[in-house]
Amino acid sequence: MSNFFKKSDLTRQDVDKIVSETLNNCDDGELYLEESKSESILLDDNKIKSSNYSSDLGFGFRAISNEVVAYSYSNEISKDSLKNSSENLKSTLKSIKGTYNHEIPKSNKKFYEDINPIEQKTLDSKLEVLNKVNDFLRKKDGSVKQVTASFAGEQKSIEIIRSGGEALTDVRPLIRFNVSVMLEKNGRKETGVYGIGGRQSYDDYLKNDNWKNVCEEAFRIASVNLESKPAPAGEMKVVLGPGWPAILIHEAIGHGLEGDFNRKKTSAFHDLIGEKVASEGVTIVDDGTLDNRRGSLTIDDEGTPTERTVLIENGILKNFMQDRHNARLMNTRSTGSGRRENYRHIVLPRMRNTMMLNGNQTQDEMIKSVDKGIFAVSFGGGQVDITSGKFVFNCTEAYEINNGKIGSPIKGATLIGDGPSILKEVSMVGNDMMLDPGIGTCGKAGQGVPVGVAQPSILIDKMTVGGTKL
Amino acid sequence: MVKDQEFLISKASYCLDLAKKMGATDASVTVGHSISETVNFRNKSLEASDRSDGLALNIETYLGKRRSSISSSNLLDENIKTLIEKCFETTKITPEDEFNSLPDKNLLAKQISNLNLYDETRFENDKKIKYLKDLEESASSDNQIINTESSFTENKSNFILANSEGFCDGYKTSSFAASCVTVAKDENSMERDYEFSSKRHLSDIKQATDLGNKAAKQTIRKLSPKKIGSDKISIIFDKRISKGMLSAFASAISASAIARGTSFLKDKIDQQVFANSINVIDKPDIIKGMGSQNFDSEGVNSNTLQLIEDGILKNYFVDTYNGKKLNLKSNGRSGGTTNLYFEKGKISYEDLMKKNSRSLYITETIGHGSNIVTGDYSVGATGFLVEDGEFKYPVNEITIAGNFKDMFKNIILANDLEFEYSINSPTMMIEGMTVAGK
Repeated sequence: MSNFFKKSDLTRQDVDKIVSETLNNCDDGELYLEESKSESILLDDNKIKSSNYSSDLGFGFRAISNEVVAYSYSNEISKDSLKNSSENLKSTLKSIKGTYNHEIPKSNKKFYEDINPIEQKTLDSKLEVLNKVNDFLRKKDGSVKQVTASFAGEQKSIEIIRSGGEALTDVRPLIRFNVSVMLEKNGRKETGVYGIGGRQSYDDYLKNDNWKNVCEEAFRIASVNLESKPAPAGEMKVVLGPGWPAILIHEAIGHGLEGDFNRKKTSAFHDLIGEKVASEGVTIVDDGTLDNRRGSLTIDDEGTPTERTVLIENGILKNFMQDRHNARLMNTRSTGSGRRENYRHIVLPRMRNTMMLNGNQTQDEMIKSVDKGIFAVSFGGGQVDITSGKFVFNCTEAYEINNGKIGSPIKGATLIGDGPSILKEVSMVGNDMMLDPGIGTCGKAGQGVPVGVAQPSILIDKMTVGGTKL
Repeated sequence: MVKDQEFLISKASYCLDLAKKMGATDASVTVGHSISETVNFRNKSLEASDRSDGLALNIETYLGKRRSSISSSNLLDENIKTLIEKCFETTKITPEDEFNSLPDKNLLAKQISNLNLYDETRFENDKKIKYLKDLEESASSDNQIINTESSFTENKSNFILANSEGFCDGYKTSSFAASCVTVAKDENSMERDYEFSSKRHLSDIKQATDLGNKAAKQTIRKLSPKKIGSDKISIIFDKRISKGMLSAFASAISASAIARGTSFLKDKIDQQVFANSINVIDKPDIIKGMGSQNFDSEGVNSNTLQLIEDGILKNYFVDTYNGKKLNLKSNGRSGGTTNLYFEKGKISYEDLMKKNSRSLYITETIGHGSNIVTGDYSVGATGFLVEDGEFKYPVNEITIAGNFKDMFKNIILANDLEFEYSINSPTMMIEGMTVAGK
């Protein structure tokens, strides 16, 4: 655990005094301190292209009264700097008075260990794995023309100091291993990308030649794409595979259920609590409590313990995801969803691990039921327009379905749909729920945070596929 | 106040000296300081204020052909020392790469011209509040507008780049940015749109009322959209979308994509890649330009580059490392484009709109549908159906798709180029793309 004031001219008493005095007449707020250490090592084009280490330290001071949020950050932890920030917050909120809410739930549960993954493994051993990846893929097949592999590791320590001196802390490890391979055959080039990660040490990923599975998967995706044909264009049935394709849920539904958009009534879902928004059998939760998952958090960035929040239960909209600020203004409680990229950013309600739970059908049944459609197995990124509800995501591995059978692979196409209605088009929910491999980063208001997704196979009756073949 | 040159130079020299003392054969360091203040409004009242004050340090150490880097925000001498030690330790065990080196000394920028990139005007938060009040007042004057969110950001930055070849330079820059997002609602739909203005100098920022009016107007016209059938149709890209074609083009001609062989434009120098009426230029020395620079992130002098001349590819964007791989000299584009633009076309906006009896005008795309390896392009889109030069009705929940190789050769540009951003394009038409809808 970091002692944030050890090298500063501040004592803990000074800090408590400044924080309490600043937040005294506010509704909420805190001093958020953060120290992060991160590394990234990249192999590309047969060489170790870069090895970077970075350390970051700073604080963000937040005061909230009524609907107004005042925020000030600095990477200088000193009496002057903290007092400057305090003056800044007070001047913004000078005419608005609030009553500080001291209540914050407590929990002893932890969902990952206090480790520093960077220090647990020598740089040499990481370089060795990257070189093995490169050799393995290039020897595997003559069509391999480019290999990129990378490790990223991080340890983030945070401390939240609230008015009255209450302090909450967390230490968060995070790692990621990624492989990208480009194949060239008969003048055609295609790429395959695969990665894994989570809040744990590198060891679990490096043992048993686990890295080989990641290489095989990246290679398989690229090989499939070398054979791909132009994708069809127009409305058709879509079968989504289990696991990572749940980013459809994340984009189509998840963002629209974040508290801020609903308080502001700019989400298409804002007046639909208690209403049927999905087919029967569709249950979606957002869960921050899964062990070692990329989107898990012991406490969120306001200090609230995370939970498993039921968003949609058997087709009915139950809850939004809330941070303290939006929860207070909507007369509800925080769901432990207050997150920020780092101390430079304000807290927003965000997703953690968003999951559609199992139904009782099989993927085979779904494919067999489709006369003409596509089977989407893997995706690149997605995006949503919260207000109109329209969302897209890009297939990186997909196949045609003709007369109940999987046909040729098709080129990367964008799928587009309407968030509020898409879940009503879900006509089958599979029994094969899978978590994603731990690679998701969600962007909102310029802030990226690690997230997870999960789902079983599902059949969507009608979606627009953005191919080129009419 | 943003830290002065003297402070940044003293930190940079401290780093270089230390790296040398530890045995580094070469080193390069960037020290920057940035202060920014943002005020946010929502529905005509103050929603948030945000002040940030950040230092940043990046160091690269070399041991012959070995290289590694560190970055930090903590500039205390004691911390810097620990980090440089760690950096150099890492350098020692990082494998050699024959292409690693500081830039060629002859290519480093020698004199810095004043591009007028810094406006010292302080726009106090009270003035930002006044601006945003006016903006939101005009943005919400129509009762179909149900939500307005706007912000004003003022930023002042300073940096020093120094390397062990003796390069040591940097300069202050400023930016002011105002933006407005409005939501409109009718019985059939809820839609969002935006407008923004971002400039080096405060006095160049758009009038608050103009910005608000424009955002509202652009949002209201999107209400009650229809979905159209799948079709091949000519597509007109609004300026804010057409400039995205230049971004895709820029990534495809970066020396790194070319050297790695992961670009659909590899080996296309001196070949026709655009329609022969097309010229693309990257100009670093535009006065007050949002992308202007005196030198790139390695200190290399950057001159104007003609990338496309009469449709023919003439240059890549080259940095030192990838340049060595390709046997090309750096042209000062480590860190990417500067002020990139399509030269304006010959046809007026009105004539472009009337060129076909029926076309689709795109105002927004969503999704990450550009594949630089294959050139495939597929994105979600919203816009308007145009008939005989007039907007007929708004369209959404469609996708547009094609391949850049074909799209680039079919581009027709209007003559309405303006220098608003760091990447600028006139209104653009591309014929023969596929729209997927109903």
